[in-house]
Amino acid sequence: MTILKATDIGISFGGVKAVDGVSFTVSPGQILSIIGPNGAGKTTLFNIVSGIYAASRGTIHLADEDVTGLSPHKLAARGLSRTFQNLQIFQRMTACENVMVGRHLREKCSLLPALFRTTSVTRQNRETRAAALDLLVSVGLKDAADVPAGSLPYGACKRLEIARALAAEPRVLLLDEPAAGCNAVETEEIDHLIRQVADRGVAVVLVEHDMKLVMKISDRILVLERGRPLAEGTPREVRDDPRVLEAYLGQHGAREAARA
Amino acid sequence: MGALLNQRFVTLAVLAAVIAVLPLVFPSSYYFRVASLVWVSALAAIGLNILMGQAGQVSLGHAAFFGIGAYAVAIGPTHLGIPPWAALLIGAVLSAVLAYLVGRPILRLKGHYLAIATLGLGVLIALVISTESRWTGGPDGMPVERLTLFGWRVSGSYTWYWVTGALLLVGTWIALNLDETPTGRAFRALHDSEVAAQVVGVDVARFKLQAFVIAAVYASIAGSALAFMNGFINPDQAGFLHSVELVTIVVLGGLGSVVGSIVGAAVLVTLPQALTVFHEYEHLLLGLIIIVSMIFMRNGIVPSLSGLFLRRARS
Repeated sequence: MTILKATDIGISFGGVKAVDGVSFTVSPGQILSIIGPNGAGKTTLFNIVSGIYAASRGTIHLADEDVTGLSPHKLAARGLSRTFQNLQIFQRMTACENVMVGRHLREKCSLLPALFRTTSVTRQNRETRAAALDLLVSVGLKDAADVPAGSLPYGACKRLEIARALAAEPRVLLLDEPAAGCNAVETEEIDHLIRQVADRGVAVVLVEHDMKLVMKISDRILVLERGRPLAEGTPREVRDDPRVLEAYLGQHGAREAARA
Repeated sequence: MGALLNQRFVTLAVLAAVIAVLPLVFPSSYYFRVASLVWVSALAAIGLNILMGQAGQVSLGHAAFFGIGAYAVAIGPTHLGIPPWAALLIGAVLSAVLAYLVGRPILRLKGHYLAIATLGLGVLIALVISTESRWTGGPDGMPVERLTLFGWRVSGSYTWYWVTGALLLVGTWIALNLDETPTGRAFRALHDSEVAAQVVGVDVARFKLQAFVIAAVYASIAGSALAFMNGFINPDQAGFLHSVELVTIVVLGGLGSVVGSIVGAAVLVTLPQALTVFHEYEHLLLGLIIIVSMIFMRNGIVPSLSGLFLRRARS
C-alpha cells in the first residue's frame, strides 16, 4: 500500500533543471531516505512535494488522490507535514506555543468565540497545551516548554520542528536534514524518534547527509545526482552501487573505495 | 497557563484602575478631554497592533477606516435619518466589508503589497470625503448629531471620558483574549515564518485577512467615538498624516504589546499638548522624540522597559 506517490517530477529555474524526472513511493510505516551530493535537488524535491514550489511536470498522489499543485496548508490538511533544513521556528513564541501551532488543524478556530474567549476556547487551549507538552516530552524538550523558541540551541530547535510537525498527526512526514549540526548524542535521539514515528504507521521521507544514520534506519534509499535519479534500493544495494560511490567520491575515489 | 491568565486580568485591572483614578487628579475638564483623546487613539492603535504586531502586516492607510467610522455617524443621522448608535454599527460593518474586499486579493501575495494598497486606499477615501461636499461638507467638515442611548444624551467631556474609557477596556479585553487562541497563535506564527505556518495547515491568506478586518473595525469604532465626542468631523481624521500617527503610536509603544499601544497613544496625544510652550518647535520636538526612542528603544517603550525590569529582577 502506497500513501505518497511522486511520479516523474521536474522543475527548472531559469533553464537549470533542478529536479528532472524523479519518482518515488512510500508506504505507511516505511522510512525512505533521499540522498545525494549538495545541489542534487533534494530540498527542491521536498519543496515541490510539500506544495511550496509548483512542479513544471509530474504528479503527486497522496492516499490515491491527485494533490499536484495544492497549496501547503491544503496538503497539511490531507496529512502531509514537514520540517525545514534551514530552521523555520516561530522565534518569538515559546517552544510550547510552537507545537501548539502544529495542532492548528486539530483545533476549532472560529473568530468570534476567540474574540470573547468562551469557555470552549479555554478548554480547547488546555487540551492543546497538554498535547503539545506530551510531544515536547517525547523530543526531550520538556523543560524548555515556556522558553522563547528563539533562545533555544540549534539541536533543540531541530527537535522542536519535529515535534511541531508531529503535532499535526501527519500520515506522511518529510524531514529535511533533521540531524544536521547535531552532535552524536542528539543524532542518536533523533534516530530513535524517527523509528518511533515510523512504527506508529507514519510514512517518513528523510533527506540527510549523516550516512551512518541513513544506512541504519532507512528501509529504502533514493539517490539523486544533479536533479536526476541515480539509484534506488535497500541501504545495502545502494552502498554497493558503484555509480553512487562515483557520485559521492568521484571516479578516482570510487576506484580507491572498490579496492579497499 | 495560570500565569498568563493572571497577566491578562492584571492588565485589565490596572487599566480600569488608571481610568477610575485619573479623574481624582484632573484639575479641569480640559484634562478629561485630552484623556478621552488618548483612549480613542489607543483603541484604534490596539486594533492596528493586532494587524502589525501580531500578524506582521502593515497598513499605511488605516485612518481611512477611522474616517469611515467618523463619517458614518455624521452622515447617517444627518442625511439618512439613521439613529446615531445604528450609524456606528453600520460604519463598523462598512469598514469590515471594505477591508475584506481590498484585503482579499492583496493578502494572497507575499511582501509589502498591503502597505502600498492601503496607502492608496487611504488617499482615495480622504479624497472622496473632501470632494463629496454635498454629503460630507467637504474640506470644512460637518457637524455630528449627539449620541443618544435609550433616551440618554451622551455629551460633555466628563461623560465622554467614561464612555471612551469603557470602550478602551472592552477593546483591550478582546485584544488580550485573542492572543491565547488558535487564531492569535496563527497570527503570530505567520508573522515569524509564513512557510512554516503553511505547512502545519495555517491558511495564511485567510488569517492575514482576519487581522486586517479586525483592525479596520477597531479603527472605525474609534473614529465614530471621536466624531460623537467632538460633535464635529473633518477630512483630516481620514488623512495620510493620521494614518502615520497611528502607525507611530503602535511602533513607539511596542509592536505586539497591547499595553504598549495605550502608552504610545498617551505619549503621542499628550506630548503636543505639553509642548505648546514651544509652539513653533512642536513638530520638531515630536519628530526628535520619535527618532531618539527608535534608536534607543527599538522594540518600543513597553517591551523595552519590561525587558529592562526583568533583567534587573533577575540579577
